[in-house]
Amino acid sequence: MNDSETRDAGFDEWLDAAEEDRAYYLACPNDHGSLPPRRVCPDCGATELEDLELPDSGEIKTFTVTHVPTPAFEEDAPYATAVARFGPVRITGQVVGIDPEDVETGLEVEIEVTVSETTGERVLGFSPV
Amino acid sequence: MSDVRVAGVGLTPFGNAPKRTSRDLFAEASITAFEDSGVSRDDVDALLYGNFMGELSEHQGHHGPLMAEAAGVRAPATRYESACASSGTAVRDAVMRIRNGEDDVILVGGAERMTNLGTAGATEALAIAADDLWEVRAGMTFPGAYALMAQAYFDEYGGEHEDLAHIAVKNHENALNNEKAQYQSAIEVSDVLEAPQVSSPLGLYDSCPISDGAAAVVLTSEEYAEEHGLEAPVSISGTGQGGDRMALHDREYLARSPAAREAGEEAYADAGVDPADVDFAEVHDCFTIAEVLAIESLDLFPIGEGISAARDGRTTADGETPINLSGGLKAKGHPVGATGASQIAEVTKLLSGKHPNSEFVEGATTGVAHNAGGTVASATVHVLEVSE
Ligand SMILES: [Zn+2]
Repeated sequence: MNDSETRDAGFDEWLDAAEEDRAYYLACPNDHGSLPPRRVCPDCGATELEDLELPDSGEIKTFTVTHVPTPAFEEDAPYATAVARFGPVRITGQVVGIDPEDVETGLEVEIEVTVSETTGERVLGFSPV
Repeated sequence: MSDVRVAGVGLTPFGNAPKRTSRDLFAEASITAFEDSGVSRDDVDALLYGNFMGELSEHQGHHGPLMAEAAGVRAPATRYESACASSGTAVRDAVMRIRNGEDDVILVGGAERMTNLGTAGATEALAIAADDLWEVRAGMTFPGAYALMAQAYFDEYGGEHEDLAHIAVKNHENALNNEKAQYQSAIEVSDVLEAPQVSSPLGLYDSCPISDGAAAVVLTSEEYAEEHGLEAPVSISGTGQGGDRMALHDREYLARSPAAREAGEEAYADAGVDPADVDFAEVHDCFTIAEVLAIESLDLFPIGEGISAARDGRTTADGETPINLSGGLKAKGHPVGATGASQIAEVTKLLSGKHPNSEFVEGATTGVAHNAGGTVASATVHVLEVSE
């Protein structure tokens, strides 16, 4: 948990960009995709990484509805968490804008940065397209 | 290269002991291990000690020397941290050091104090085994991560919650005779299916409990065991370790554990055994789905068949390959840092006929211990065999 002065380089910038609909991933010269913060491609070790635009929508690959959260999400539970594929990367996010019980594999979603009801901190979310 | 003998093992009861410090727990386990081994504390060359959440649960770092003191050992001591595979990695290093001729006697083990954190605190502490930025801050919990794998498994290979329930029922059944186990109570499939949801499709009875406990193992070289006339018929004959990307979403597979496969293949090759030679295994069943992924990764069952193995009676005590005769993490308990070493202790007792469930594996010569960290970003596998 961060106080508002503190930022995590790479990650908070990514959330800023996502809030402005400019979510991106890191691409290496060998076309491996990964998420920041990162200086080295975890697949091949290449150090020349560039920011490329993330596809507008992704597909849910697996999901769960969490009833027993960590203290940072006490007021949010139950909520759905999913892993969704956006082009070359998969991302974990909280599914919003839909009844958690209606979330399913294959659902098409877009990135929507939301906030924890418990802490007011930003949370990486997905909403159905 | 020296054969590595298990000279003695010690476990505390696993369970709810919120007032007991980890130094007290480890002291108890080590006393038992030394008594069991007949090895003098003066001969110990090193302590390798596994612990995961000591900073959070006891405001304590630098566990190595503290635990050497608690065990009455004057030797260099190092803490190993690999989430739930902490003491598995400690055992692996101990084996390699003895084989290399570096050391003759190593005390290896681990402990964890968890119940004093409460459910919310322990959930938070366990979650830090995942990627904080991309997983924990999105609300993913540790049970949630395994639930993501369970759902992915169902989608890819089939199976349903009822299949998983049979795993929980089996492991509770196995723990009935294990006086060190946290739960010595039978449950039924309906109990699992009707239990409160933790993270769908996993419920309360799909999850291992929050536990306090410690495990200690005295390992020696073959030469030391023979010189000192130790009764130590069980050897660690194979060791392997695998690794994978930290976040589940970065893995090649959502419903397989390649790190455990890598560790298993390495350990089998090291010991010169095949999966078909394995008589029984203690695997890391922190959640029911984890046992499925483990037995498939160890090549004990083909991919897609692990899900039905308990239901079909293939992994029960009287089945072809008994899995988690101790009760597993599910019923024996899962004091995180102690788990890997406790599996070595259970397999040793099962192979030497000193376990309450030894009757189910009479004549067995080969047992396997599989210890996983996080959502299996870390894994160690050890093969134990009865020496001729
Ligand atoms: Zn690359």
